[in-house]
Amino acid sequence: MRKSSTFLLFMAFCILVLATFSLHAHFSSAGGMNNRRYRAQLVQELGLTDLCLFTEARYTRHLSMADNHSAFQDHPVSLEHFPSGALTMPRQFR
Amino acid sequence: MTTPFNRHKNILEFALSSLLRRKAKNLSLLGLYSLIVFILASLIFFVHALKQEAAFILRNAPEMVVQRQLAGRHDLIPLDYLTKIRAIRGVESVTPRFWGYYYDPVFRANYTIMVPDEKPLAPGETIIGCGVARVQRIAAGDIVTFRSHTNVPILLNVREILSPESELVASDLILMSRQDFQEMFNLPRGQATDLSVTVTNPDELTTVAIKIAELFPGARPILRSEMLSTYDSLFDWRGGMITMILLSAILSFVIFACDKSSGLSAEERKEIGILKSIGWNTPDILLLKFWEGIAISLSAFMVGSILAYLHVFLFSAPFFASALKGWSVLYPEFRLVPAINAYQLAILFFLSVFPYTAATILPSWLAATVEPDAAMRS
Repeated sequence: MRKSSTFLLFMAFCILVLATFSLHAHFSSAGGMNNRRYRAQLVQELGLTDLCLFTEARYTRHLSMADNHSAFQDHPVSLEHFPSGALTMPRQFR
Repeated sequence: MTTPFNRHKNILEFALSSLLRRKAKNLSLLGLYSLIVFILASLIFFVHALKQEAAFILRNAPEMVVQRQLAGRHDLIPLDYLTKIRAIRGVESVTPRFWGYYYDPVFRANYTIMVPDEKPLAPGETIIGCGVARVQRIAAGDIVTFRSHTNVPILLNVREILSPESELVASDLILMSRQDFQEMFNLPRGQATDLSVTVTNPDELTTVAIKIAELFPGARPILRSEMLSTYDSLFDWRGGMITMILLSAILSFVIFACDKSSGLSAEERKEIGILKSIGWNTPDILLLKFWEGIAISLSAFMVGSILAYLHVFLFSAPFFASALKGWSVLYPEFRLVPAINAYQLAILFFLSVFPYTAATILPSWLAATVEPDAAMRS
């Protein structure tokens, strides 16, 4: 087979895979709705306010509840040292 | 008969042969290029899916949480506030919330302790999240031990372990009765962690929040919309780590483009000279270079995007796990619901395919405009 045919077939295959992924995402999201609803129900029942993404520091565990000074826990020039602090931002004050 | 398709296919054939003549260089370039696209696409898939999840789940979060702040820090709120807030017109209900953090010195993990309002537990009973059960290696029916504020052990019977589907919201959660919570933390009488407020008309939420802030200057109302916006801005480009990843990726694309646009190798110039001398004209050479650029950049985009999807949605993003875990011992094990953001993927496509292809064509055009013998001699 010519190289150009192989390349075009490879590209067609990749497009097909990406299209399959789109379908997979669509149907998985329909299937995953039950799990999502369960989580949403738990949030309602327990009155939860945040996702459990980072448990290393209280202000990244409950991001929306954290006060804007909490990263500087010990003194005003105590720099933020938890890795998750580099991934998140404090909530913007109204 | 030579159709336009066949013409392009023939030039593509020649472009691929030309690339394969410098196999080692081009394969390493393709590998590196794919890796950068993979990292960026993984980040796009992960963040988008997480934001979608947060937006869905947190729609059921409390309408408003009222905290008290003292010296810029979250402090316990007196239950006297409850009666006064309830008296504000438009407020439907005010519920005190009792929750806090517990550091387990044995497993070095942080837990969130909470008193459930809707499903009260009997003293001596607890419901725990999957993460806690995993760290402590306990099952339903086992006894779990905590330390009270006076360092006395508190033994609780594990009534239930929350289902694994709850990990994203309740992995570190420990639910217990009000009495056990009091014994554990010795909260001053007449105080709660914060208050959950619901209003009759959701449109009046901001007005009620302003009234609460005026009534209690030390109070800090947090609206549900603010909780949602917190997670909408999560992993924002302004976040340190994300900025670093984006900068590294953009810098890599710039290096690729600069490497290409800084000039062709002597071998490539000679090739262009030979092609011109045997009758190829400048547009043909530009088309050849266009297909060379497309072959590399499009392959990298496709391979990188496919691997990123598998990485995030089938293998739960193991390459990001260490960055997300940080120093925490308890880390939720969750699988995100797949979601593709076509807009962001299109940006990645334009960022990865177009600059490289353009940078491939430009120096070739400069080389193709000189006389064939000059190009071969150079």
